[in-house]
Formats: sequence, C-alpha cells, structure tokens
Amino acid sequence: MSVELPDTTGVVEQSPEEIADLLGDLAIGRDDHLNAPGFVIKPDTVVETLRRLRDDAGFDHLSCVTAQEYEDRYESIYHLTKYADRTQEVSIVVPADKEQPVSQSANEVFRTADWHEREAYDLVGIEYDEHPDHRRILLPETWQGHPLGLDYDQDQPQVVPLREHANPLLEDQEAEGDSETMFLNIGPHHPATHGVLHIKTVLDGEQVVDLEPDIGYLHRCEEQMCQNGTYRYQIMPYPDRWDYISAGLLNEWAYARVAEDMADIEVPEYAQVIRTMGAELCRMAAHFLALGTFALDIYGDFTALFMYSIRDRERVQNILEDLTGQRLMFNYFRLGGVVWDLPEPREEFFEKTRDFLDELPTALEEYHDMMTSNEILQLRTVDTGVLPPEVAKSYGATGPVARGSGIDYDLRRDDPYGYYENLDWDVVTEDGCDNFSRLLVRMREVEQSARIVEQCVDLLEDWPEDERTIQSNVPRTIKPDDDTEIYRAVEGAKGELGIYMRADGTDKPARFKIRSPCFSNLQTLPEMSNGEYVPDAIASLGSLDIVLGEVDR
Amino acid sequence: MSSDNQQPFVTDSSAVVTETRDARLAGQDDRFNSRLREAFGSSPFILTKFDKFMNWVRGSSMFMLQFGIACCSIEMMHTYAVKHDLDRFGAGVPRASPRQADVIIVPGTIVSKFAPRMKRVYDQMPEPKFVIGMGSCTISGGPFQEGYNVVKGAEEVIPVDIHIPGCPPRPEALVYGVAKLQERIANGESAPVVVKPYELEQFGDLERDEIVDQLAQEIDTEDLVMRYNWADSP
Ligand code: SF4
Repeated sequence: MSVELPDTTGVVEQSPEEIADLLGDLAIGRDDHLNAPGFVIKPDTVVETLRRLRDDAGFDHLSCVTAQEYEDRYESIYHLTKYADRTQEVSIVVPADKEQPVSQSANEVFRTADWHEREAYDLVGIEYDEHPDHRRILLPETWQGHPLGLDYDQDQPQVVPLREHANPLLEDQEAEGDSETMFLNIGPHHPATHGVLHIKTVLDGEQVVDLEPDIGYLHRCEEQMCQNGTYRYQIMPYPDRWDYISAGLLNEWAYARVAEDMADIEVPEYAQVIRTMGAELCRMAAHFLALGTFALDIYGDFTALFMYSIRDRERVQNILEDLTGQRLMFNYFRLGGVVWDLPEPREEFFEKTRDFLDELPTALEEYHDMMTSNEILQLRTVDTGVLPPEVAKSYGATGPVARGSGIDYDLRRDDPYGYYENLDWDVVTEDGCDNFSRLLVRMREVEQSARIVEQCVDLLEDWPEDERTIQSNVPRTIKPDDDTEIYRAVEGAKGELGIYMRADGTDKPARFKIRSPCFSNLQTLPEMSNGEYVPDAIASLGSLDIVLGEVDR
Repeated sequence: MSSDNQQPFVTDSSAVVTETRDARLAGQDDRFNSRLREAFGSSPFILTKFDKFMNWVRGSSMFMLQFGIACCSIEMMHTYAVKHDLDRFGAGVPRASPRQADVIIVPGTIVSKFAPRMKRVYDQMPEPKFVIGMGSCTISGGPFQEGYNVVKGAEEVIPVDIHIPGCPPRPEALVYGVAKLQERIANGESAPVVVKPYELEQFGDLERDEIVDQLAQEIDTEDLVMRYNWADSP
C-alpha cells in the first residue's frame, strides 16, 4: 500500500557539483543549508543566476525569499525547487552591503518575487533594484524603520494615516485621467474578503480593469514572536494562529518538521500516525469552511450550505477536541512527538471517528447536490477566474490552487514526511484551471483525507500496547549549532507552508521566516480577475481560499 | 398534527393549533400575542417606564455587525451557526453594514494599520451601540502583546462593554458574554471608558515632534491619522 509516485521521467537530477558547474563564475562561494546546497552570488547577478537555474536545470519554483540582517551584512536567500521533483532544492544566497543594502530584483524571472521582495524591504530593509513596485507591503506606508532589522526601536511612536476612506465618488471616481472608469474600494471590512483584506479595484462598467490586493491589516508580527520564543515549548502555540481555520495541526507540523530536522530529533512511528490522522482531520475541517464560505460568496447570504459546512466542522472539531483538548488552537504537537496519547476509552474515540467517516459520503453527496450540480453555481464558476498552469507556477501557487490548474504537486507525496508514504491515497488534480476546478479539488481532497484518517484509525486500533511511544527523548533545552540554516515545508491546508530557520547557538532562532501559501496564492488574483466581471473577481477570491492570518502573518 | 400532540415547548396543548386553516379561523386575537397576553393576565395594558421598556427591547433584539478579524472570528461564526445558534437569544442577526448594526463583536488582534479602519466602522454605527471584545487579543494584545505592530487591546481604540477572555473563547463563552451584555443593556448600564483611546485626528493637529516632521512631506495636513505612542501602552 502506498501512494502512486509522480512521473519524474525527464526530470534531470543535478548534484551540487553539477549546479556549481552550471553557475560557473556566477557563484562566488558556498553557504550550504541543511536542506539544500547554497551558492553565494553577487547582488547584481540575481536575474542571470535564477534564469539559468530555471531554464537549464529546471528549478521552476521560487518557493520563498528570506531576508535577514547580520552584524556585517544583509542577505536575501532565494529558496528554489522544482514542481516536478520537490526533493531537489537549491538556495541562492545574495549578500548585500550593510550601509547600502541593494540587490537586484528577481521579479523578471519569477513573478512571485514581487511580493516577497516587497516584504523583505518592508520588514528587513533591503532594497531591490529594478523592482516594478518598490513599496511597503505589510506595514502602513508611513511606517518608520524596518522592524526585523537589528537596530529597530520598538518604542518609537508611529503615525498611520486613514486615506482610503475618502469618498470614492468625489475626486477618486476617475482613475488617473480616464473618465470611463471608476475606483472602488473593497474592504478592509467587507463580508466577501474573508477577513481584513483591502482590494483596490478600478472598474469599467461591470468589468475589472485593474485590481490590487492591499494586505497587512492583520500583520501581527508572527515572525518576531517566534524569534522571541524558545525552540522547545514557546514557539509551538503560534503556528496554530497562522492559518486559524482549524488547520492548526497542519501548521504545527511545519514547525515540528523544521525544528526536528534542525536538531536531529526522531519521532516515534506511533506518534507519526497520530500526527497524520490529526492533520488530515484538520484539513477536512479547513476545506469544509472553504466550501461554506465559497457558497457564501457565490450565493451572497448565510445560506443552508454554510450551515451544513459548519455542522460538519463541528463534528470534526469535536473529534479534535477529544484528541487535543481544544477546539481551535490545539498546541498538540511537541518536538519529537505529540503531547499525549489518544483519549481513553480508546474504543469510544475510534467509534466516534468512524461514525463521522461513515456519514461523510452522505454529507458530501449533499454538498454535490447543492453546489457542484447547482446550475447557478456552475454559471458563476465554470470558466471564470482562469489561472493557466504556467502563470500559477510563476507566482509560486501551491495547494488546491495549483492542483486546480492541473499541477500535480503535493508535498505529502513529493517530499514525504509523517506516515503518508505508507498509506494508500491519491493526489487530486483537476485540469479546468477555473474556480470550479479549485472547488472540486477541495471536495475531492476531503474524500482522500477521509481515506487517510480511516487507515490511521485502523492502524492505531491494532497498535500493540507496549509500543505506544508518543514522544521520543528530547532534551529540555534545544540549542542547535551556531549558523545552522534550514528551510523545510509541509503541505498545509492551503498549500506549501514552509519555514526557514537560522540558529545562532542560543535556544531561540535568530531568524524565523514563514513562507505562507496564501501569500503566494493571493498574488495570482489580479491575473485571474483583470478583464473579468466584478462578481467573478469575488468568486475567484473565494476560490483562492485565503486566510488573512497567514497572508499577513 | 392535532391538538393532542406532545410538542415539548407547549404547556397547554389545547391552546395551540398548528394547522393553517384552524389557525386562521381562530381569529386574530388568538394568532397574535395570545401567549403573551395570557402571561399578563386579563388586562391588555402594561404599566412601565418608557426607558425601561426601551432598554428591554434593545437588549432583546440586537443586530450584530458581521465583522471578522482573526482567529476568534472562526469561533464567532460557529456561534452564529448551527449548534450554538446565537439567534435563539435574540442576538444573532448579522448585518454587513455598520449603519444597521447595534453591536460590534471585535473578534481578533488589532494591528496598527487596521485600528483606524475599525474606529471608522465603529463611528459609522448608530447610537446606542455596544462593543463586545472577544478573546485575549482584544483585552491586551493576547499572545501578540509584544509585537511591534499590535495594538494592546481594543479598548485603546474604542470603548468596550464586555470582555470575553480566552484564546479563542469557546462559543459557549461568547453566548454567555452576549447574554451578560443583554442583561446590562436591559438594566440600562453601559461601560465607562477607562483608557484614553487613540483617536483619529487631522495630521495638522498633531503635536510637532521628530516623527511628525519626518512625515510632513508624505502626509497632508488634512489627512486623518492615528498616532501610536507605543512606549506609553500598558
Ligand atoms: S485571542 Fe487568540 S484566538 Fe482570538 S484572535 Fe487573539 S490569538 Fe486569535
């Protein structure tokens, strides 16, 4: 029993030496990370290097851009990998001058670099040459200083303007000298934005001419919080709050994985099975809410479907509460395992979980009756919000968004962790590239998650009593060696959730960078909406299933 | 269904007619307020103070603003929806527009960029309006209190009537908080404002200091701004 592996024929695997040969003079040094070989390049050769790696070696996925400040320099790291083979990774390290941190923008090669570099500028203070839109992204535009830089004074006062409220029907009405168009603010308080997102829209009649997501209304310093916490216990509660749509355990796994790999901690098999089961329950709960709110966006009110999805979420949450003790912020994983075993009596827990799984097909049938086979919904979603696979790749889209565009990419299978390898399940893809496909992918993923949970329950039920180790032996304080760097990702509910960590020899990380799938996915919204009707733009936004806690972090 | 059924909510089954035709034939008095009338006894009049009556009405029919910020709003949605169904308590009609809402539940972390917008939304609600602070974030900033960008509690921006602790509070806790608020409204109580909140003011009215000088190029004097003195935050 195992998953069918992707077709990697034609994907050439390069050894670090081959990559070094390919880069030739471009590489001026090595700076290897635990997960990948790292090459140091000059700040003005970024485009050339990345293009060569993309075109000649197939590194077509810019997963993340990490920026950080050292005592003597700034550094941007481009974490590259391949959609066709996630296990191949390479890091491109670009040092920049301490006094004048300027580096070339990678925007020309990977569209996703746009936002990532804006964030790097905003929080760390590196400037990117040739960047098309060099502004702050998360913090207000009048913010003073760069908070993740080394000499930032957190107590200095800040002044934040409220400009967007200006009546759009007065002078704003015309977007820059064009009297045919109208400017419209959507959000930051708006039922369709799934939280606090602001979308600046320029309309020509009913059609969207230009659309720009404005984020940062929930930027609550997650990276700073993690940098202030100790590896062993203090960081784990925060991941729950990145993607808070019940995806808690999936996020916790991202941190658990990166920290365990960094500190070389083993996880007992039994704990891996529990983790896998919990994580997939979370995925179901997250997808249920995605379905419910999508229906909310399409039909426009608290309709039956929303209630149905909440009903099913309540059932999952009850099971998770039995397992973890909390409904939403589980804090259940520990480095080296999980915090406690399944609840006693175990039979009752298994029965409850099985009951839920048994009734799931009926529930899904209802969803299909009311959503996918509903003509209104089809009219609104089929062939709207089209996202071609090449565009999706260039923006670093992952998760159901990528799989709805036919990209066969799922970290659970492509970069295996946990117990997924030994279970029988499929990666779901749809080729429609439209809103409907993304919806279908989520619905079908619920089925796959149910398969995984079912197998886990069977396994756990038969697990011999004396082999139920829930945690390996982990020291009380963890101090990874100075200057160890690692970037690792897991498949969260919304896609590839990655974390970069750098240790400095203490018990707290010196840099903690979160690669949020929603951040990259949201970037595709203008591609899907420009030229379409406004309601379709709202449907596209709904189908991206973003959660602002994770976009803004 | 006939009159001798065993519906759990009916005390005197003979008084309830469920079939449409019967209900219509029974006449208007029976259809409207009959149970209420019975409760008041034979007199069709109530004697009460107008204020008291209004407060009772207010507390018994609250329109909530549909307002989500962060993680707590997920539990808030659960409170509105099936199982917990806040509507049972006369408090569950979510309105998308602040101009139609009486109560705003603030469910999440407030950061510097959002606080002015939240103040704006609050200002747009008609009086009398009430605020429920949901979760630790609205009390103190919660787990993110030490963040460079986090406002240390909703009360720094708008007055809060009820605080519900928890991270996130369970739906039951939110229901309890709402019920408490209803009780207070019915008694005509409202919360005193205990901290001096951050206000929206025109940039030109700010006291001039280093940061104001730095920003003078970027912000017009008429622009509304919110100034954060992080060092003075509790
Ligand atoms: S109190 Fe906790 S659950 Fe609520 S918004 Fe804050 S962090 Fe999220």
